[in-house]
Amino acid sequence: MRYLFSILLLFAASQFTFGQSEGNTLQIHGDIQFDAQYYRADSLIGAPEVPEKILSNAVGNFIATYGNFTAGVRYESYLGPLQGIDPRYRGSGFPYRFVTYSDGRFTFTIGNFYEQIGSGIILRTYEDRNLGFDNSIDGVRLKMNVIKGVAVKGFVGRQRTFFDLSPALIRGADVEVTVNDLDSGINIPGQLIIGAGAVSKFQRDEDPSLILPENVGAVSGRFNWVFPSLNIYGEYAYKANDPSLTNNFRYNRGESAFLTISYTKKRFGLSVSGKRVDNMDFRADRNAVGNNLNINYLPALTKQHTYALAGTIYPYAIQPLGEMSGQIELTYNLPKGSALGGKYGTSILVNLSGVNNIQRNSLNDDSTTRIGYESPFFGIGKQKYFRDYNIEISRKLSDKVKASVTYLHLFYDIDVIRGLSSQGTVTADIAIADVTWKVSKKHILRFEGQTLQTKQDLGSWAMGLIEYSFGSKFYAAIIDQYNYGNSVADQQIHYITGNFGVNLNTTNIRCSFGRQRAGIVCVGGVCRNVPASNGVQISITSSF
Amino acid sequence: MKNLLLILALALTFSSVQAQEKAARKLPAAEIKTLDGKVINTSTLNNNGKPVIISFWATWCKPCITELINIADKYEQWQKETGVKLIAISIDDARNSIKVSPFVKGKGWDYDVYLDQNQDLKRAMNVNNVPHVFLLNGNMEIVWQHNSYAEGSEDHLFELVKKVAAGEQISATE
Repeated sequence: MRYLFSILLLFAASQFTFGQSEGNTLQIHGDIQFDAQYYRADSLIGAPEVPEKILSNAVGNFIATYGNFTAGVRYESYLGPLQGIDPRYRGSGFPYRFVTYSDGRFTFTIGNFYEQIGSGIILRTYEDRNLGFDNSIDGVRLKMNVIKGVAVKGFVGRQRTFFDLSPALIRGADVEVTVNDLDSGINIPGQLIIGAGAVSKFQRDEDPSLILPENVGAVSGRFNWVFPSLNIYGEYAYKANDPSLTNNFRYNRGESAFLTISYTKKRFGLSVSGKRVDNMDFRADRNAVGNNLNINYLPALTKQHTYALAGTIYPYAIQPLGEMSGQIELTYNLPKGSALGGKYGTSILVNLSGVNNIQRNSLNDDSTTRIGYESPFFGIGKQKYFRDYNIEISRKLSDKVKASVTYLHLFYDIDVIRGLSSQGTVTADIAIADVTWKVSKKHILRFEGQTLQTKQDLGSWAMGLIEYSFGSKFYAAIIDQYNYGNSVADQQIHYITGNFGVNLNTTNIRCSFGRQRAGIVCVGGVCRNVPASNGVQISITSSF
Repeated sequence: MKNLLLILALALTFSSVQAQEKAARKLPAAEIKTLDGKVINTSTLNNNGKPVIISFWATWCKPCITELINIADKYEQWQKETGVKLIAISIDDARNSIKVSPFVKGKGWDYDVYLDQNQDLKRAMNVNNVPHVFLLNGNMEIVWQHNSYAEGSEDHLFELVKKVAAGEQISATE
């Protein structure tokens, strides 16, 4: 396979030399990212001794385009993987390379590709470097716009797992129809798009005791109906029985359904969503666990917070084995010059979300059929997993000063969300103030004050941040996170870090030093635990 | 051996591109979605020969939102003076992409907003982090780009937009 790529790349390169007269030019661009950290042991915060002292991750991406061809390679190096990145990444190589031909109607890819069917509930392959996540498929993909309004795609391959490929084969196909674009003569109000997809995996059964299905299929259907101020999106997915390590080798089917209705007017937006997930953990290896070899993507219906105390202490992580969730989000901009809006206007964002378990009626069949339970489609269980009620108000106070305040009320079941036992639940209130002061054209100061109030788990936190920026070229910040409410006296620690960075258009260099609190970084549906550390961190990103 | 071949191929491609240094970089072709869920190809984007700003952002990215709010205050004037169009590409995935439309309407933004749910365009344009802004000339060629945002740096961007609108050459390091 790799030979093929090299040859193709060589071919592309030689094409360039001979093909200039056609008016096409070869263009090469890319990006790099380098992260390194120097670790010091710090027993107080539980930062372990790192024998290598310095660990680093590096990624380099190169893409060449020539006419209808695009080819790319990515080099990755984990020497060794930073703490919190899966240690199985240790090593270096080219885990990603592809060649694509596209003439607008027809797209053909060989090598690695990222793909998504619908919203991803039966298949999504993607990359997130900050999480150390990449489940690209290595294989062949064909996409085609068959007639106006109809697009189909199909693919086959194996998924990436660290520097290797999945034991299971993955095959998939999808069709999407924009009903209004068809020459059908049918007139429907609004714009309607419907789609259907199917994915199947094949993995040999080598289990000595259980008869496992070697082919496991999943199908999904979706629609998106849009009117000028109304948008309705719905999707349903079904997965055949798929006994795996994560579902305790149960033979029940999987199911997920999702509906969102949003309504918009000038300066007003509202979206209401509901979702059911039942036994939808779907992987290219029935023995895989953690953030490895996921075929599908189940996004959480909760708000993704960015402020430190709101985003990294108690973030929700989707429960693929079963959950019922709902979310309401409202955005409103009070107009400039109105009584409440003030001279510059005021922006309000309200978000309410909740997650419970699904109702399960146990079948007690573990030694016979191993289905496990029955669950009615609309059956909401009694166990609360998560609640998040939050409001954010932001307002420009003058030409120089902007402020926003945020309040959250959280409920978080530690055992369920982190997969632990007897850690209990947490109820917390969080308040955040964020003020930006443009001292002059080039000098900008920003302040953040945050507090998390709770009597459970680690107790209450306070956080302060002062940041200075010189234009967009340079910044420096000091952050202190103080666990003052910890019931263990010597754990009432100040986590103080110094941070600075330089931005040169497309090159960023960032450096931080000090004590980093253990936390959970979540992007989309995937979360990663970042252990506590003490040391110096440097990160360089650049694109060209 | 295999890797060696690969590197050789890359080196070859590189050496051949050296001669082409001055060639303008076109907006790459990728599929993105409108807020109505319709798939379009980026090769169809244009602004009738006027400059274009492409801003990569996400609903969870504070500096991105600050930048788009600050430009929104001046956008009408920017358009009047230069005819510039801002295309905001949301890289929110399925978790948040459904909330982008209400969010944008709630903010009252007049930008052309598209969804890059699985980050195909983001990858094709080698965007590491958001916010990342590209400035394109009337031929949809990338003439300048910048990653990260600080309060007030939209004024610098507008200076460059004016130059591009007037047909002046600008350097990538400006």
